[in-house]
Amino acid sequence: MPESIPADSVGIVSAQTMHFDEALELACGRALQSYDLVYESYGQLNESKSNAILVCHALSGNQHLAGYNSAEDKKPGWWDAYVGPGKALDTDKFFIICPNNLGGCNGSTGPSSINPENGKIWGSDFPHLRVRDWVHSQARLADKLGIEQWAAVVGGSLGGMQAMRWALEYPQRLRHCVVIASSMKLTAQNIAFNETARSAIQSDPNFCGGDYLEQNTLPARGLGVARMIGHITYLSDDGMGKKFGRELRSGTFAQGTEEPVEFQIESYLRYQGSKFSTAFDANTYILMTKALDYFDLAREYNNDAAEAFSHAKCKFLVISFTSDWRFAPERSREIVDALMQANKDVVYAEIESHYGHDAFLVANQARYEDIFKNYMNKVSQCG
Amino acid sequence: MRLDYSIVANWVANGSQVLDLGCGDGVLLKRLEQEKNTHGYGLEIDPEKILRCVQNDVNVIEFDIEGGLSSFADKRFDTVIMSQAIQTLKRPDQALAEMLRVGRECIITFPNFGHWKARLMLATKGRMPVSDLLPYEWYNTPNIHFCTFKDFDQMCKDIGARVINREVIATNSWGQSLRGMCPNLFGETALYRVSKD
Repeated sequence: MPESIPADSVGIVSAQTMHFDEALELACGRALQSYDLVYESYGQLNESKSNAILVCHALSGNQHLAGYNSAEDKKPGWWDAYVGPGKALDTDKFFIICPNNLGGCNGSTGPSSINPENGKIWGSDFPHLRVRDWVHSQARLADKLGIEQWAAVVGGSLGGMQAMRWALEYPQRLRHCVVIASSMKLTAQNIAFNETARSAIQSDPNFCGGDYLEQNTLPARGLGVARMIGHITYLSDDGMGKKFGRELRSGTFAQGTEEPVEFQIESYLRYQGSKFSTAFDANTYILMTKALDYFDLAREYNNDAAEAFSHAKCKFLVISFTSDWRFAPERSREIVDALMQANKDVVYAEIESHYGHDAFLVANQARYEDIFKNYMNKVSQCG
Repeated sequence: MRLDYSIVANWVANGSQVLDLGCGDGVLLKRLEQEKNTHGYGLEIDPEKILRCVQNDVNVIEFDIEGGLSSFADKRFDTVIMSQAIQTLKRPDQALAEMLRVGRECIITFPNFGHWKARLMLATKGRMPVSDLLPYEWYNTPNIHFCTFKDFDQMCKDIGARVINREVIATNSWGQSLRGMCPNLFGETALYRVSKD
C-alpha cells in the first residue's frame, strides 16, 4: 500500500463469501451440489437497490477489483484505476460487486477446492464450465443480495462475454451492458494461443493429469510458460517496443566475450511467468481458457448475432482499443453491427492506445476514462 | 433553435428509424428523438464530438463514413441524414449513393458555395472565399468538395436521385426575403431531401 490511501481509493476492503446449497446445473450436463462464491463490494446499495453494478472479471482476474486487502499490499485491485470515488465506476454513486468466478482459485469453488462428495481435491475432475454457468451463478448471488436488476453489468475481455451473456439470459435484470475489449467468439488464432498455453501446462511433468495437488506438487514451469505466451498476446508489438525495445538487462555483445545476454523483455516475461505460476491455479487457467474457446454468443440463435441481441432489453456501451490484436476492434465492430441490426441502443468508441489487449486495465488513458465515466454518469442518472 | 434543424425535423416522419452521418454533438438526433419519437444512430469520427454525444445521451458509433456503409442493409433506415459533412468527403457522389441504398429518404445539408459573398470574394479579390461560415484557408479546410445549390441538383440528376424538397437558409432579413427568388445567390445553407425509388 502507498504511505497513505489516496482520496480516490476505496481503501481497505475485504472479501466476503456466499455459500450456496442449491445445486447448480451446468452447461456440460453435470451439476455442482454446493459451492461458494467469494466477492468484494464497494459503495452503498441504495434503498431502492437500483444502483448495483456487477463487474465480471477476465481470464486471470479475481474478486479484488479495487482498494487494498491489507496495509501491507503493494498494489491495489486489478481495476483500481476505474473503480473508486469519482472514478468511472464511481463508488459514491454505485454499489459495485465483483465475484471470483466459479472454477477460480481465489476463494470461489474451483478445481483446487475439496469435492464435498468424496472429501478429495477436485483437480482434474472439476466440471468444465462455460460463460453461461458463471452468469447463472452470478444471478444467484444477486438473488441472495436482493438485487433484482443491475444498473449495469460490466466486463472487459472474458468479462465482456459474461456481460453480453447476461443481456441474453436475464434481459430483465440489467439496464446497461458495458463490453470492453471483447468479442462474440474467439478467432482460430485466439484458440490456437490458448491451446499452446494449455499444452505448456499439460506437458509439465508435475501436472499429473491435473491432480498435482493430490501429489503435493505444482506444474509451475508449465503455468509460467502459459502466462508468458499470454503476456505476449496482451501487449502490442508497438507497446512492447516502446516499453522494452532491445534493451539489455545483463550481459554484453562486445566481441571476444561469451557472457550471456539477457534482454529486458526476456526478464520481464520470466518474472511475470514465475510470479503467476505460484499465485494461480493451473486447472483454473485451463478451465478459463476453455470457457473462452467455447463461448459463441450466437450459437444457439441460429448463429445470427442480431437475432441473439434481439432478446436483450438493455443499452450497450462497447469499447475497443486500436492496438488490441487479441480482441481486435473488428470484433467489437461486429458486436456493434449486430446491436444496430437488432435496433438496440449502443455507444461505441474505439480508443487510440498502444497498450494492446491490456489497455482495458491500464490507467491514465484520458479518452477511455472520459467515455467510460460519462457513460456511467448517464447510467447513474437514469435510475 | 437552429433553423436548419427545424427544417430537417419537419422532413422526418414520426417514429422514423434515423441514421445521422457525421452526427457531431448529437443535438439533431436528440431533438428528433424528442420531437419526432425517432430511434437511430449517429456515426462520428471525432473523439471530442463522440464524447459530447455520450453526454447528450444519444447512440453514437465511432465510424469512418469514407469507408462506405456496407455494414448496413438496404433500406435499413427511414431517413439518413448528413448535415454539413458531404463537402468534407472524398467522393460525395458515392456517399449519396450509399445513403440512398440504406435509407428510404436522405436529407443533406451543406454550405452553399454559390452564395453571393463567396462569389464576390472570388470575383473581386481573386481569392478563395473565407467567411464566418467557412472560416478556413484553402489549404487547411476540411471542406474539400465545395458545391453550390445548383451543383447539388445536378449530382442528384446524375445519380438518379429524386428531389422531394429543397430549401436554403439565409441569416439576415433581406437575404431571407430574396432567397426564394434566387436561392443559389442568397442561400447560405442548402438543404435537400431526396430519395431513390
